Amino acid sequence: MYSYNEFDKDFIQTRVKQFRSQVERRVDGSLTEDEFKPLRLMNGLYLQLHAYMLRVAIPYGTLNSQKMHVLADVADKWDKGYGHFTTRQNIQYNWPKLKDVPDMLQALADVEMHAIQTSGNCIRNVTADHFSGAAKDEIEDPRPTAELLRQWSTDHPEFAFLGRKFKFAVTGSETDRAVIKAHDVGIQVVKNAAGEIGYKVLVGGGLGRTPMIGKVLREFLPREDLLPYSEAIMQVYNALGRRDNKYKARIKITVHENGIDKIRELVEERFIIQREAFGGYDQELFKDIKAAFAAPDYLNAPTTAFDDALSSDPIFRSFADTNLFEHRNPDYAIVSISIKKHGQTPGDATSEQMRVMADLAKEYAHDELRISHEQNVILPHVHKSHIPAIHAKLREHGLATANIGLISDIIACPGMDYCALATARSIPIAQQIATRFDELKLEHDIGELKIKISGCINACGHHHVGHIGILGLDKAGVESYQITLGGDGSENAAIGERAGPGFSYTEIVPAIERLIGAYLEVRDSKNETFLETYRRLGSAPFKAALYPETRVAAE
Amino acid sequence: MARAFTPKVLTANRLLEGDVIYYSANGDWVTSHDDALYLTDEVQANELLAACGKLSKYLVGAYLADAALEDGKPVPTHFREEFRTRGPSNYHHGKQAEV
Repeated sequence: MYSYNEFDKDFIQTRVKQFRSQVERRVDGSLTEDEFKPLRLMNGLYLQLHAYMLRVAIPYGTLNSQKMHVLADVADKWDKGYGHFTTRQNIQYNWPKLKDVPDMLQALADVEMHAIQTSGNCIRNVTADHFSGAAKDEIEDPRPTAELLRQWSTDHPEFAFLGRKFKFAVTGSETDRAVIKAHDVGIQVVKNAAGEIGYKVLVGGGLGRTPMIGKVLREFLPREDLLPYSEAIMQVYNALGRRDNKYKARIKITVHENGIDKIRELVEERFIIQREAFGGYDQELFKDIKAAFAAPDYLNAPTTAFDDALSSDPIFRSFADTNLFEHRNPDYAIVSISIKKHGQTPGDATSEQMRVMADLAKEYAHDELRISHEQNVILPHVHKSHIPAIHAKLREHGLATANIGLISDIIACPGMDYCALATARSIPIAQQIATRFDELKLEHDIGELKIKISGCINACGHHHVGHIGILGLDKAGVESYQITLGGDGSENAAIGERAGPGFSYTEIVPAIERLIGAYLEVRDSKNETFLETYRRLGSAPFKAALYPETRVAAE
Repeated sequence: MARAFTPKVLTANRLLEGDVIYYSANGDWVTSHDDALYLTDEVQANELLAACGKLSKYLVGAYLADAALEDGKPVPTHFREEFRTRGPSNYHHGKQAEV
């Protein structure tokens, strides 16, 4: 696991001291709220609906047990004993007191964690595939690239005052588990015909008010050109991006208004100049970073315990079917831990659960944990012989729900239960859908289905790329939920199509039930997923199920 | 034409704790919406809001929120403000659990 160098350590510790002094000055009245607000936001501290909220970065979603234990300690000591894992691989604490935040940040800094650049118009926490370093289909672990980008973008003076926030995501596989096409810049590790490793660079993706799928800026960028090329993109955006209207300020609009060819031409021009400024030091650094992400020393042992459990224990079998994924080492598996037990808040983990997962990682999984953008926790390297013991422990703590990729594995933003920007609630909708389909015992029959819910147009819940997307809005003082169909956050990314008029808070879950009923009726076999059925038949049968009264009226 | 004034309560968050608070009839800040001062006069409402600028050491994010009168007590008219009176609806915690 990557460890901070002296420069990083010093930077984080100094920042905590600075923030402590800023909080003191706010409390004693030397700073007004207008003066203080940009300072607290630079340190991840928001004021939400009911309380402050502290957003802590988990770079590329990677943690070890020590860090997870500190996340649990922070939850117990200064919050309400839980944390919320987000779609940006961060963790949010919903109830910190202003005077405690410097102590929270100090505890985090002592294990090389921080809340820097989790807010504001800067380059945000760099996200990556949550299976990185373990996935069988991977060309290369994307995390060293993500770490290089993190170091380059942290406190970069030229990019500290962008027109709007800016998000990078990196994947090392063709299979996109990091939604790179919905990021300002998406980076995919690729191999060219000569077998050299480099990057495919996409630009201008994003969700929110104007959803866009990222466009290819460069099919193959040599590895050593990553930072100068990224710098060129940022410079073109900084110069050309609009600042007159915050809703038009993201790079997706810059790309849309100027065209990808124009953007490419400008980036290539800047790139020639920027490349001169990089003398190869970044590549020396990259070698060191890469070494810190070396694969663990894999255990060489029989997998009999796993095979036995698989054939004798149906509950374990069900868990294995949904929550295990292929590892590059055939004796290993990637274990996804669902923190979405039916009826629970998606992404919430109690401090006790965090400690259980940390201890399991330490004992059985080479001390590695990942947070996924889908708001689950991953043990990326588990020898198969250990999985029955892990499963047994997870069951004791409400963490063994076998629902990864199924209808109850819902992404939901905090919505109006916590967020000051939200226009409607999203968590209770997720809770009700999960509970309802658990009661119906249909979840496994329905199969792969991604429902994503946002409580406002900013789309933190990625609703546009949900196979079924739900967007909560305030329609004349009443919560109203709009459904989109056919979205896809994978390498075949697509923006969902709006199905029709919205549903009220009490109508939305029955509407989803009708939608699923229609799917079960029209799919050509159990193997055809919801998304495949939608692509084959279009929206008509689903709209008819959602709006039966319209069909009657038309007849 | 300017929109007609509708009754309000004055609300904010406590600077140190972040808790939701309301300006009360007694001239102090309380956590219960029931005890909020029901403002029917636009001039008075705006004056009270403007005065919050001097309370920056105590509170943050003051604004006027729509309210109506029910059984002699002010109640929120919008669901957002209703949530602020009690806390998150996903499970029982936050303000509702502390009362």
